[in-house]
Amino acid sequence: MLQTNKQYELRVNGAKLIADISGALYWPAAAALIVADLHFEKGSAYAARGVALPPYDTAATLARLEKVIAHYRPEKLISLGDSFHDDLWGERMGRETRENLLTLLAGLEVLWVTGNHDPTPPKGLPGLAAETFQLCHDGALVMRHEPLSRHDAAFEAGELAGHLHPCGKIRQRGRNLRRRCFIADGTRAILPAFGALTGSLNVRDAAFDDLFGARNYEVVMLGQEQVAPVAPHRLLPDR
Amino acid sequence: MPQFDGWFTSRGWQPRAHQIDFWQKARAGHHALLIAPTGGGKTLAGFMPSLEALVANGSSGKLHTLYISPLKALAVDIQRNLMQPVEELGLDIRIEARSGDTPANRKTRQKQNPPDILLTTPEQLALMVSWPEAADYFAALDTVIIDELHALAPNKRGDLLALGLARLQKYAPQMKRLGLSATVADKPALRRFLAPQDNHGPDDKMAELVEGTPGAPPRVGILDTEERLPWGSHTARHAMGDVLAAIGRAETSLVFVNTRSQAEMVFRELWALNEEGLEIGLHHGSLAPERRRKVEAAMAAGQLRAVVCTSTLDLGIDWGAVDQVIHVGAPKGASRLAQRIGRANHRFDESSAALLVPSNRFEVLECEAARDSVAAGEQDGAVVRAGGLDVLAQHIFGAACHAPFHPDALYKEVISAAPYADLSRADFDRVLDFVATGGYALKSYDRYARLRAEPDGSYRLSHPRLATRYRMNVGTIVEAPMLKLRLTRPPKKGSKRPPMGGRVLGEMEEYFLTSLAPGDTFIFAGETLRLEGVRETEAYVSRARHADPKVPTYQGGKFPISTHLAERVRHMLTTPESWETLPDQVADWLRMQKDFSTLPDTKTLLVESFARGARFYMTCYPFEGRLAHQTLGMLLTRRLERFGARPMGFVANDYGLAVWGLRDIGLMVAQEKFALADLFSQDMLGDDLEAWLDESSLMKRTFRDCAQIGGLIEKNFPGHEKSGRQVTFSADLIYDVLRSHQPDHILLQAARADAATGLLDIARLGDMLARIEGHYTLKRLSHISPLAVPLLMEMGKEPIRGAADDELLGEASVRAATRHADLIREATQSVADEQAI
Repeated sequence: MLQTNKQYELRVNGAKLIADISGALYWPAAAALIVADLHFEKGSAYAARGVALPPYDTAATLARLEKVIAHYRPEKLISLGDSFHDDLWGERMGRETRENLLTLLAGLEVLWVTGNHDPTPPKGLPGLAAETFQLCHDGALVMRHEPLSRHDAAFEAGELAGHLHPCGKIRQRGRNLRRRCFIADGTRAILPAFGALTGSLNVRDAAFDDLFGARNYEVVMLGQEQVAPVAPHRLLPDR
Repeated sequence: MPQFDGWFTSRGWQPRAHQIDFWQKARAGHHALLIAPTGGGKTLAGFMPSLEALVANGSSGKLHTLYISPLKALAVDIQRNLMQPVEELGLDIRIEARSGDTPANRKTRQKQNPPDILLTTPEQLALMVSWPEAADYFAALDTVIIDELHALAPNKRGDLLALGLARLQKYAPQMKRLGLSATVADKPALRRFLAPQDNHGPDDKMAELVEGTPGAPPRVGILDTEERLPWGSHTARHAMGDVLAAIGRAETSLVFVNTRSQAEMVFRELWALNEEGLEIGLHHGSLAPERRRKVEAAMAAGQLRAVVCTSTLDLGIDWGAVDQVIHVGAPKGASRLAQRIGRANHRFDESSAALLVPSNRFEVLECEAARDSVAAGEQDGAVVRAGGLDVLAQHIFGAACHAPFHPDALYKEVISAAPYADLSRADFDRVLDFVATGGYALKSYDRYARLRAEPDGSYRLSHPRLATRYRMNVGTIVEAPMLKLRLTRPPKKGSKRPPMGGRVLGEMEEYFLTSLAPGDTFIFAGETLRLEGVRETEAYVSRARHADPKVPTYQGGKFPISTHLAERVRHMLTTPESWETLPDQVADWLRMQKDFSTLPDTKTLLVESFARGARFYMTCYPFEGRLAHQTLGMLLTRRLERFGARPMGFVANDYGLAVWGLRDIGLMVAQEKFALADLFSQDMLGDDLEAWLDESSLMKRTFRDCAQIGGLIEKNFPGHEKSGRQVTFSADLIYDVLRSHQPDHILLQAARADAATGLLDIARLGDMLARIEGHYTLKRLSHISPLAVPLLMEMGKEPIRGAADDELLGEASVRAATRHADLIREATQSVADEQAI
């Protein structure tokens, strides 16, 4: 697969992975497309609490997912948890949206990693659900929602995770740019949140301290038309 | 009333004609507007009818008079000033103030046992009219007095106030509205604002007008310095010695500047020269309130010789003793200057003394223009604008918090408020739908509605807890996220303990602080501080030992030059006879421009092109103010891109803008690759504007404000507070989603309207493009023109506008390492260029 300026190749535990501008990660050897933190039905979850966020987030996220699936034509779809904003999503999702989702998933082998927002397997949707999945192709990878500290005894190389919604911030010609990003170091990668209404956490936040060695990682920021691998020394904290 | 007459006489005062006239109108129950210059006894004139009535009829135990001012400090100050006559006259009248800072127990008492006169702000009014018991509370309200109406009316606080007044009038149909205002250009607009509109007849309803005689004309001087006048600086550092000398000659001076960073700089420079130890204070909006109150008190007590201040002292507290106003930097508008000058000698019959201190050559022209303008009694027109739909949304929510309402009745009430007099029923219904369910085309939220329709068509709040949320978020002032500055001790070497504790110095914009790294130094409150670290909503700073700070670049209150002043400056340029009064340095500069290029005139647009270093420049001088020029710059660069001129960036100031790029625009025009008429054609305000707006960060910021005012996102949530950053970020996401799925959503409509009138100044740009259509003068020059020098000096002081985010991201990418080296080379070159200027 050719790399364009909308893609960037990452290596994690030997596996060759393509960081895509959409925020999805494609694993050619496994024909698997991996996404994190879709947060379907986030807008309606807020609306139910009296904050009428636009009801278009699920459709927007789905459209984005559809596009990237059409591009890579994967056999597997792996969602790294928080696929749904809460466990009551089924009561709020519109019929049409649900049908679109089912159509999209038809013919795909779907692996749902459960997350803190969606601890129970999604009802009425195809696929398997579990806290972690292990897959081995050109490298061995572990899929989980919340990344483990690298000092944790249970941590193993090859972890792909979400949960943190990473973003990078740089200053270029007097302008601050803060964009969703992948962050990876050869032993692990954390994916940006894929959902349309999901905020982000700066990779310089303390939450990343136990995950990566200081300045010993790669960050791939996502622009409108291109992805930008950025050197760690250029990254600014939010504060 | 004899009681009052005696009191006046005992103080040696005589009621003035306009005061008597105003009282008569008020006694007759008319809505009335009093326009008088500062020191004209406006406030007393406003209260006198209420005092009389309260003395004559006694207290009814209900609220009689409501006084509304833009400043909560002003309400407190008025309370003090009003108490004096009331006590001296031995009147039994209860007067209290209420603001966001009033303790909860006092607020409760005010609610249960109302004073006769309550002094408050527009935000508190909005809150009070939403009380379920508001109709009863205000039933006996006789008078509402609105102070500084000229400052309130032309913005969103004015919208909120107008809607609040409409509400009050419904609770108390007999209520009369008294407005107090400084001199303004558009008097009918304020008279309309003050009167309830009925939309029956063809004519707008107007409040009665009473005008005070103008005070003695001010004596305005312009500093003529021996020092070299800078080309493009805004600091006026060269003039600080002269300013200090002027302070020394007067009793008490107010030193006005345009931005907070200027205030810091001027304060610091004055003290650096202040060998006599003149007492000089500092006052601006970022300082902690206690610090500001201290400076105000010291000023009132006559302990200070001067205060360096920003627009925070434009309004309000009357110190009387000030005998000189110094204005550092050009005043940007005649009305603002007149107001500021009026702060000197709040005694009506004495003329005020003012000294204008231009900080560069262009500002000399601007100061001259401002002086002429003030002498001619000119006023800048307050912009008449339609009321904000986001503010209306807030008001509708508030109406529901009061009681269920019927849309027909509420619509009628809303259009009685002047800013909403032309609101269509369709737009009203869309805003109502937004408040109820979010206003989305996709009707999936009906079951989560905040307002529910009853069978009779009226709307009620779906849950009482929503009222609490409304009350926590009322208001239209959306402030930039701020961090508290805490003074701490510098950490011991090698200590890993995070900084802790310390006293609060004030607040600073988060975006400025985030551009600093720990260890960076900056000036705040006149001290050089070192950033130690930031935690949550607080920044820890220590006193820096070395004193070469990284000066704050944050800019509170940077106004564009007003149309009036720009007109005068341009006129001055085209009449060389008038240059005789200018300092030699300035006149020489203009002569050089005339010989080398030509002078911009009022009917044609001067466009220059020249090469410098590796770049080609195009400059033009529309004189329409910084905001309009920035918008023009964005649009021009898009267009030049299409024409193949490969623009790279632009910079704008109040007078003109410069675009630079890789190809010679003058040559391209000469070779008829494209015409200037195509470049500056009015249709750029169509598609190009839309296309640019959509991806503009200005638009996102404007949308965030609208979303917050309209109640889509809430700043304060019961139980927890969102930090500013989270609000910013989620508003951006909402903007993106809305833009692609429902571009006609009412909040996007509101944001576009705001952007067009506010940050983009599109109306002014449109007028200019229409005026110069077909009239261009192109000068192809061998090198930079004298007039272009100040423009190019602005380069590097402001972030480069126009560069698309993606392009910047591309530059930052490690893939672009080679391109990067090129850029660095170019940057180095341009720094060398500037030093050569």
